[in-house]
Amino acid sequence: MSNLLTVNNLTLATADKVLVEVLSFSIAHGERFGLIGESGSGKSLTSLAILGLLPPAIRPMGSITLEGEEIVGAPERLLGGLRGSVVASVFQEPLTALDPLMPLGRQIAGPVRRRLQREGRDRDRATVKGEVHDLLDQVRLPDPKRLYGSYPHEVSGGQRQRVAIAMGLACQPRLLIADEPTTALDVTTQVEIIRLINTLVEELDIALLFISHDLAVVGQVAERVMVMRHGRAIETGDTQQVLTRPQDDYTRNLVTAARRFDDALEGQK
Amino acid sequence: MTLMTVENVGFSYGTGQRVLKDISFTVPRGSNVGLVGESGSGKSTLLRLLLGLESPQSGRILFDGKPLEAKNARYMRDYRKCVQAVFQDPYSSLNPAHHIRRIVTEPLRSLNVPGDHLEMARDAIAAVGLSPDTLGRYPHQFSGGQRQRIAIARAIVARPELVLADEAVSALDLSTRVRVVDLFEEISERMTMIFVSHDMGVVAALCDRIVVLDRGHIVEAGETETILKDPQHPYTRSLLASIPRMPATT
Repeated sequence: MSNLLTVNNLTLATADKVLVEVLSFSIAHGERFGLIGESGSGKSLTSLAILGLLPPAIRPMGSITLEGEEIVGAPERLLGGLRGSVVASVFQEPLTALDPLMPLGRQIAGPVRRRLQREGRDRDRATVKGEVHDLLDQVRLPDPKRLYGSYPHEVSGGQRQRVAIAMGLACQPRLLIADEPTTALDVTTQVEIIRLINTLVEELDIALLFISHDLAVVGQVAERVMVMRHGRAIETGDTQQVLTRPQDDYTRNLVTAARRFDDALEGQK
Repeated sequence: MTLMTVENVGFSYGTGQRVLKDISFTVPRGSNVGLVGESGSGKSTLLRLLLGLESPQSGRILFDGKPLEAKNARYMRDYRKCVQAVFQDPYSSLNPAHHIRRIVTEPLRSLNVPGDHLEMARDAIAAVGLSPDTLGRYPHQFSGGQRQRIAIARAIVARPELVLADEAVSALDLSTRVRVVDLFEEISERMTMIFVSHDMGVVAALCDRIVVLDRGHIVEAGETETILKDPQHPYTRSLLASIPRMPATT
């Protein structure tokens, strides 16, 4: 099967510092791939590079192809088209990802309209509204009528993240990038968002790049994982394998640390 | 013996909704007590009351058998000799313009603790596993985990009876978090600790007693082992069930 995303020898550097070094990995169509790393590992920069959203001071070298299109060095015109149609993203903090002054329904309507335009379909109010309602249903938001007119501060953190996911899905991407999507949420909300992401990826048959520092969370989402440290790939493999029988010393330390708190919850100190 | 007693404490900010309702629990001397809750549970407000930064509108807090007088400056000076705090963010809790010696000895100066302050600072820095030359450097020269060690050294330098830790390991990377938890464990053998956190795993690793808060109420309190094995309240059960676990090793 051909790959949806191929990252080949990607190096990201500023004028005086290398941030990501000769990174290579690929994600197949419909695959759920996890990126694990502590702060400074370069995991978020990698996701920004895939989205073509790197800050101007960071120069990418190497190659990133999304459905055959080269991202590195591509003009904004091309990147703008890929964002949404092929790749969409959900970030950590839904409060900053959403416009505080715009009702939620209108925020979701933006990308919906773009897709309708792309598909050469009617963009009249009724069509757009219908599509937004379908998306609110899809991300299991209750009472779509009320939510349509609500502002971000009027709904809970978990509901805001559902809205952000709905916006990501509005363009029907082939790859969803979720960068620490549950880190700002309470654990009882986190469990619901993880379940939602898993269900949607399955239902819509899209690929997922799930980025997190939390090994246990990645373990519940990804089929395959890559562990990063200081901008380099340390270990890549089947999730179960990496989280239960890590080969690299650094991964082994992380797994031991994560298990220590797990064991404490089982009453073993 | 009981070091701290919280009795039927109620609190609200301004004329707003009650943030804490009828909170009662005790902290035995020498124990580690975890206050666990999600956002909006009231755990941070409770911590402010325990630090004497706010006074309860109803009920009372006893420290060493005597009521905590948050509005009595002289009382609070003595109280701070006995009670110190470590906060979540080691980047905002250390003054970037001061060298570490000044930061760590600050409680000794402001509390008029007698004795050789430099010697005490050296002891505290050694106790948190940092080298003596740390004292001559500045906060920006240290990583997040090292900064949190410095904040802990500052908290223990005046040899308090009680250390209050507010999400003190939540901002740290996993591998650093484990080492700082180890450090807290070591220090807790010499003093009483109250850990406020949303992270049940960390609290379970550190505390022998747990108080579970939800929307301003205590839903469950007791020994860690009992609560983990046999949670009684539906909220505690759902909280424990929600925590993602590592895949089983087969």
